Amino acid sequence: MAERQLLSGDEAVALAAHRCGVSLASGYPGTPSTEIIEAFAGLGGRAGWAPNEKVAVEVAIGAAFCGARAMATMKHVGLNVAADPLFTVAETGVDGALVIVTCDDPGMASSQNEQDSRRYAIAAAVPMLEPTDAQEAHDLFLEAVRLSERWKVPVLFRMTTRVCHTQGVVVAAAEAPPAPPIVYCRDIPARVMIPANARPAHRRLRAKLAEILAWGEAGTLVREHRRGRRMGVVANGVCVPHALEAEPDASVLQLNLIHPLPIERIRSFAATVDALAVVEEGDPVIEEQLLAAGIRVRRRPEMYRFGEHDVPRVRRLLAGEAIPDPPRPRGKPPQLCNGCPHRTAYDAFKGLQVYAAGDIGCYSLGALPPFEAMDTLVCMGAAIGVGLGMRRVLPDSEARKVVSVLGDSTFVHSGITGIVEMVYNPPPTGHVVVILDNGTTAMTGMQEHPATGRGVAHDLIGRVRLEDICRGCGVQHVEVIDMHSAGASLPAKLAERLACDQTSVLILRRPCLLTVKRLRELEAREAAGCGQEGCCG
Amino acid sequence: MDKVVNIVVAGLGGQGVITASDILATAAFISGADVKKSEVHGMSQRGGSVASDVRFGPRVLSPMVPPGEADALVLTAEDQESAFAHLLRPRGLRIAPSLLPAALASGKMANTALLGLLSRGIGLPMDCWHRAIDQVLKPEHRAANRAAFDAARSLP
Repeated sequence: MAERQLLSGDEAVALAAHRCGVSLASGYPGTPSTEIIEAFAGLGGRAGWAPNEKVAVEVAIGAAFCGARAMATMKHVGLNVAADPLFTVAETGVDGALVIVTCDDPGMASSQNEQDSRRYAIAAAVPMLEPTDAQEAHDLFLEAVRLSERWKVPVLFRMTTRVCHTQGVVVAAAEAPPAPPIVYCRDIPARVMIPANARPAHRRLRAKLAEILAWGEAGTLVREHRRGRRMGVVANGVCVPHALEAEPDASVLQLNLIHPLPIERIRSFAATVDALAVVEEGDPVIEEQLLAAGIRVRRRPEMYRFGEHDVPRVRRLLAGEAIPDPPRPRGKPPQLCNGCPHRTAYDAFKGLQVYAAGDIGCYSLGALPPFEAMDTLVCMGAAIGVGLGMRRVLPDSEARKVVSVLGDSTFVHSGITGIVEMVYNPPPTGHVVVILDNGTTAMTGMQEHPATGRGVAHDLIGRVRLEDICRGCGVQHVEVIDMHSAGASLPAKLAERLACDQTSVLILRRPCLLTVKRLRELEAREAAGCGQEGCCG
Repeated sequence: MDKVVNIVVAGLGGQGVITASDILATAAFISGADVKKSEVHGMSQRGGSVASDVRFGPRVLSPMVPPGEADALVLTAEDQESAFAHLLRPRGLRIAPSLLPAALASGKMANTALLGLLSRGIGLPMDCWHRAIDQVLKPEHRAANRAAFDAARSLP
């Protein structure tokens, strides 16, 4: 018998992926998804950080085209970046298995928006599965692989913060389907989406989805918790345990198949209860489909679209109460660490009163007191495009105050095309891009990225250099400033670059304080000619 | 153990809140209970308020401790109490550094000492705690943390 383990939802996904022989996992760090890749690599799986989620999905598609089992992982907003390959790989289909794990963040514990990834499953016409806890994250991932292989279709695997980051008891007893051999079969009409091939591919996809719906209606991915008949609840994800706890007398229909929605199973369930409600976080995705299918369901008050649920909130929702949530005492907000090199940059911004088009990372904290020196935050890499747009419409005297500021990992993720735009469409006043290069993806827990030259396990692999990229693109002035020795020169340097009409990139380099110890240990081992952790130590 | 026990460990990022709740959840897991431990990662690492919910018992459903239902609130930073006091049930157990002798409260083992205090109020066997400390902490830290745990547990 398999042993009990205490695992987070993320770790449970990694365990299932490893057990069923996923050949390649690719992802970009993003809370709450980051630990999947780290845990999968820790188990010995072949895993890599990609520069961004689009590339991660493309890499996984290539592996799945060869008959391999492949996984791509990301947070919900990462799926926006990866949406382009997603919509078309839905139509090409795959030979092996392709599971794209996307982790939503209702309540935005650490995100810039509260989007609901379930909309993507509907829009891209791909099946979506969702577990309610860590045990199901394990078991259901194996189902996702089976489903993907049976219908040769990519599967979206959705989790939310409270499933990703909740540890629970997991028993890896479910049988892992043995991995098929990896054999590349050329199939140009299926894989080359020129219009002549894409037209029949779209019809094939819709036919697959109809078959998956029929399978889902009869299958095990809908589970009934039969209790009283006065109230029936349809729920998904962490809302299932919330609802089971909130209303001990309510019967609960648990949906693990989110798309296509097994609507007839829900209709049958509805007929067995006096009143029906949906408990879901985010958009009323299930509720809307029930209403469209003519199933009588109590409408959810609009306030429950926002934030994450808990047991008392679900109790209020089921009672039909639309009173505001009780106010929660505010804790201490996070801050940039004492001695963080980003602090020097924001002091300089504040002193020069620049307009800083900002970006996503620890340095987003520069928007808060005591700095209040970051003006915008939209999406990964937007600092450069937004800054260039500001430069091009503001009068010259104002335009000269605009800088774009972003971190090293964010720059590699989505900033490089912004540099191309700056060189191609330079504003009359030039522009200044500041890259806060602390040599890590600090925000999500110090992951590596292409410009650190290290892989998931901090091993030395390929490396891209930020200054080479910028010089290679044709930026007029590229300068690296060592923030340890020359940080004091920053205000004068920044003032000089703002005053000239050139395109400039200032790379402010100093390792994140939280990585220094690890970096020293790695470098000592490597200097001793040994990359193995714990070997020379 | 016939009901679910709810515990919230709270403090500031970087104080070892997550490690303490790891030890607690692991001890409950070793005892054979169903366990769920939930917290929010990300921004909370940067010195802001952090809380970790641990629930264990015969069967745990929701991963989050509902407000007013925590049997114990373990504070690693006393000044964070106002942010988390609403989670504690009436007559619930409040565990904080001020309850420890200065030598235990100020050292690196303070969080484990807080767990030692907590252990007196919840029915997990001593053996589970010791094994949990060994499982969660690095070898070089185990003996000292076991000692801090035992010292706090046996305070008068």
